[in-house]
Amino acid sequence: MVELNVIDLMIAAMLVVVLALMSVRLRSNISQQLIIAAIRTAVQLTLIGLVLKVLFENATLGWVSLMAFFMLFVAGREVMMRQERRFKGWWGYAAGTFSMFLSSFAITVFALVVILGNDPWYAPQYAIPLLGMLLGNTMNGIAISMDRLTHAAWEQRHIIEARLMLGQTADEAISEYRRQAVRSGMIPIINAMAAAGIVSLPGMMTGQILAGALPVDAVKYQILIMFLISAGTGLGTLAAVNIGARRLFDDRQRLCLDRLREP
Amino acid sequence: MSKAPPLLQINRLRRLMIGPVSLSVDEGDCLCISGASGSGKSLLLRAIADLDAHEGQMMLQGVPSVAIEPATWRTRIGLLPPESSWWLPLVKNHFPDSAAVPLEQLGLSDDILEQPVARLSSGERQRLALLRLLANQPQVLLLDEPTANLDPENTRRVETVITEYRRAHKAAVIWVSHDVGQVARVANRHYEVSQGGLQPRDIEGQQWLS
Repeated sequence: MVELNVIDLMIAAMLVVVLALMSVRLRSNISQQLIIAAIRTAVQLTLIGLVLKVLFENATLGWVSLMAFFMLFVAGREVMMRQERRFKGWWGYAAGTFSMFLSSFAITVFALVVILGNDPWYAPQYAIPLLGMLLGNTMNGIAISMDRLTHAAWEQRHIIEARLMLGQTADEAISEYRRQAVRSGMIPIINAMAAAGIVSLPGMMTGQILAGALPVDAVKYQILIMFLISAGTGLGTLAAVNIGARRLFDDRQRLCLDRLREP
Repeated sequence: MSKAPPLLQINRLRRLMIGPVSLSVDEGDCLCISGASGSGKSLLLRAIADLDAHEGQMMLQGVPSVAIEPATWRTRIGLLPPESSWWLPLVKNHFPDSAAVPLEQLGLSDDILEQPVARLSSGERQRLALLRLLANQPQVLLLDEPTANLDPENTRRVETVITEYRRAHKAAVIWVSHDVGQVARVANRHYEVSQGGLQPRDIEGQQWLS
């Protein structure tokens, strides 16, 4: 692989600066955001590079777990912030985070132990990137599906209550919206799998090829990752939507929209 | 032999500005409730249908509401809200047995069941919502201004259908109405909601007969 030095990155940074200057001239106010985002990318990625370097040198289960949980909690916050009408109190955070824990962690451990079979199984070179890709993708599915569910419950509250009034259970009254929420959470990964290799070359595969791996080997890893992500997203979305659908009703199966925050 | 418990017994029910309300309703009763808008009549009906959290107890034929499955409670105590909701494309999709719907009693034509819900008038929706509720055969009917969008002829039809249902099924009716004439036609008890409580009122033009 061609090693990159600081000068190479400076040249690439010049492109961003030129773009920022152009947008100033065009009186577009995006230049400041662009520069800040570019600086964030450089700083954040440098930091994670250092963290991973230290982690790889101290590959104990304790450190790897600490890193994994830190990633989980940050992703959980992201899921919460992306929902317009999220649940009030700690439920708003816990429902999404628990679903991600269930899906991403379970699938990652499964892949590490059963499929990859490294020694030790938690080898951070595999565990951390794998978990990162799973969290990043299940995060999307869970955030979209929960947002969709709580939004539908609010918008369609008259219909849901009309169904309750006619003697339907809470489960029956919400089932249609639960189905739609799961579907919309799954669509991004279904589209990504359908378009992979034709419309887009997935980032991980591209990275492996740049790093010198044979395309056929890189492709095998990418297929593995796609399958893991779709399983994780499906599991996580199902868990989140089912937790959410229960939380929308109380023990007497009353629709409790006061459990949602105003947007 | 002890007397049978009332069909519906409500003890010290409270919900927001409503209550405490205590009420005992027997088979065949028709209670009319009137009161200024915003006094909480709809909230009272929602609480009785157990759609909102509330204080106090309710019993159906002596069985506490908490001992009855929520869906069963709401099937037996059917609430007709002022605005009906429809969630399937065709009218008939909302009825378990579309052949058994007594459309002509409410002046509706037979082919209305085949129509899309979007094409119904507000009066048609209101009458169909009543038929949809009655198809569940509730023992207590909670009616929230069921004739608000109807002309006098259809108002009378609705009153007749409800009265006949009440007699045939030994059901009870709690009916929110602003129309004094309607109260006189259908009610055997009349209350007004004021300051959160139910105050007994006379029924205009009606002689008390035992």
